[in-house]
Amino acid sequence: MKKIVLKRLLESIPVLWAIVTITFFLIRLAPGGPFDREKELDPQIQERIEAHYNLNAPLMEQYTDYMGGLLSGDFGPSFKNASSSVNELIAQSFPVSLELGFYALCVALLIGLTAGIIAALKPNSWQDYTPMTLAMIGICVPNFVLGPILLLIFGINLGWFPVSGWEEAADKVLPSITLGAMYAAYIARLSRGGMLEVLSNDFIRTARAKGLSETRVILKHALRGGVTPVIAFLGPATAGLLSGSFVVETVFQIPGLGKLFVESAFNRDYTMILGTVILYATLILILNLISDLLLTWIDPRLRNA
Amino acid sequence: MMPLLTVENLATHFHTRAGIVRAVDGVSYTLEKGQTLGIVGESGSGKSVSCYSLLGLIPMPPGRIESGSAHFDGGDLLNISKDELRKIPGQRISMIFQDPMTALNPYMTIGAQLMEPLLLHKGLSKEEAAKRSIEMLEAVGIQDAEQRMNAHPHQFSGGMRQRVVIAMALITEPDILIADEPTTALDVTVQAQILELIKSLQEKNGMAVILITHDLGVIAGTCDSVAVMYAGRLVEQASASSLFHSPRHPYTHALMKSLPSMNTDGKELYSIPGMPPDLTKPIEGCAFAARCEHAIEACRGDIHLHSIMPDHATACIRAQKGEL
Repeated sequence: MKKIVLKRLLESIPVLWAIVTITFFLIRLAPGGPFDREKELDPQIQERIEAHYNLNAPLMEQYTDYMGGLLSGDFGPSFKNASSSVNELIAQSFPVSLELGFYALCVALLIGLTAGIIAALKPNSWQDYTPMTLAMIGICVPNFVLGPILLLIFGINLGWFPVSGWEEAADKVLPSITLGAMYAAYIARLSRGGMLEVLSNDFIRTARAKGLSETRVILKHALRGGVTPVIAFLGPATAGLLSGSFVVETVFQIPGLGKLFVESAFNRDYTMILGTVILYATLILILNLISDLLLTWIDPRLRNA
Repeated sequence: MMPLLTVENLATHFHTRAGIVRAVDGVSYTLEKGQTLGIVGESGSGKSVSCYSLLGLIPMPPGRIESGSAHFDGGDLLNISKDELRKIPGQRISMIFQDPMTALNPYMTIGAQLMEPLLLHKGLSKEEAAKRSIEMLEAVGIQDAEQRMNAHPHQFSGGMRQRVVIAMALITEPDILIADEPTTALDVTVQAQILELIKSLQEKNGMAVILITHDLGVIAGTCDSVAVMYAGRLVEQASASSLFHSPRHPYTHALMKSLPSMNTDGKELYSIPGMPPDLTKPIEGCAFAARCEHAIEACRGDIHLHSIMPDHATACIRAQKGEL
């Protein structure tokens, strides 16, 4: 087990390196730079700014400088927020996105798994059609529609929750639901499919023939196999949830990472883009590793491979 | 003596889009303590469904038990509450399924699956259940049973898995064992060992066995009495010796003729002409009449299973009249 984890971690180093390198050169290939304005700057000022950020050095030198900084954990200064480093900005906004993502994940799992399992137990009945129709709607309605609708109903008309901000517990309800809804829908569909597949297996009939209660058949014999598609999905999905959502953060005015990510791309804030890309890539690599480990823990047949 | 199990007029239908499939259509039989009853028939003749019905293993919907009763130990298996029924399978009546490769849960250890009925039905402690499970694994011929308890099914070969399935079925010392093609997936040497094993446990505990198979050879070697099923109905029922010496239904006769071992002179193997009937359509008269070389007009009329000898009953009206 330790060996597998170590191997996977070592394997992810070249992957990360490739991602950083490709991103580094790609963003510099894109037209425009961090200090381009509609109104042109005084050439002398422009030159001094570029010199300050080492942007007039040869590209390879910029790259080796940046990589050198990275190795010591320094993501460099943000080009757009002159007074802050990328490390500081991420340190400020990532915990917010992490918290929001965690709540959204809980919402998604709670609603998604419950709906999917209930639907699988009564296939082709109203207990199946109702949650599955809702799930289809959940997948189809984008969160920039769902967010404002929830705001309108529960924030403004009913006045149950605040409409923006990220301080008290009440602030966190609507954004978490908005962000989690689509994932809940996917999880519901995946867990229904997984459960139906497992329940059609012969070993479920064996379990019933043993005289086990239906609850025990479901929880003890079927659930493990039934949730495997959900776990495979959760690896990359959780990375997406935790690294912030531009839409949800904008709709609810939350100071999270998603907003920072999208704005940095528009601003050509090279270091900020690289910082968020590295963070996102690392999250994906780690969470995929965790979901693979969970899968081998659940399914003993994968352990020999 | 009261029979251990009396099944009367059991009918299990499946309501599908293609129509009502009459998988089992009025089957009756009795089973005595310590006796082995063989149920033979080709695929789709309803032999498995008739047994699944007893244990509440028919998926409903689409399945439905339309009529019948199954008296076991003072109760009717087809007419008791789910909670009552749950006390019977796995404990008093247990089942061995056809395919050992898929009958075990791949996510659980062998030990956990073996111990489950003991912990739930017999109220044994974990230690006792583990001890009993190891003993049972040893009894079915699995070596290093203690270490094997922590193994998962995929680490076992087919024959080993079937032994585990059998150990699991026998661990609660049931009154009745229903074995659904217990040896089809196994090679011949293992087949013989498994049948021997069931037989020896039967002699020890007085357990009754229902053996479902399409293999007349297996029936001949192990069963006291035999029921032959065709298209969801019983066509012939007799003691094993009587059935094999003088089959009294053209279908049974045809089945025996199509056994490879009955044909030693190098001629092409006999096969019954035609196809089994479509079970979605109600069958008038004898279900086999369309394929039967002896069929006459009267075969389309009312057909019932009748005794023609003390231990021999047939549904063929011509055999009942002594014409065949």
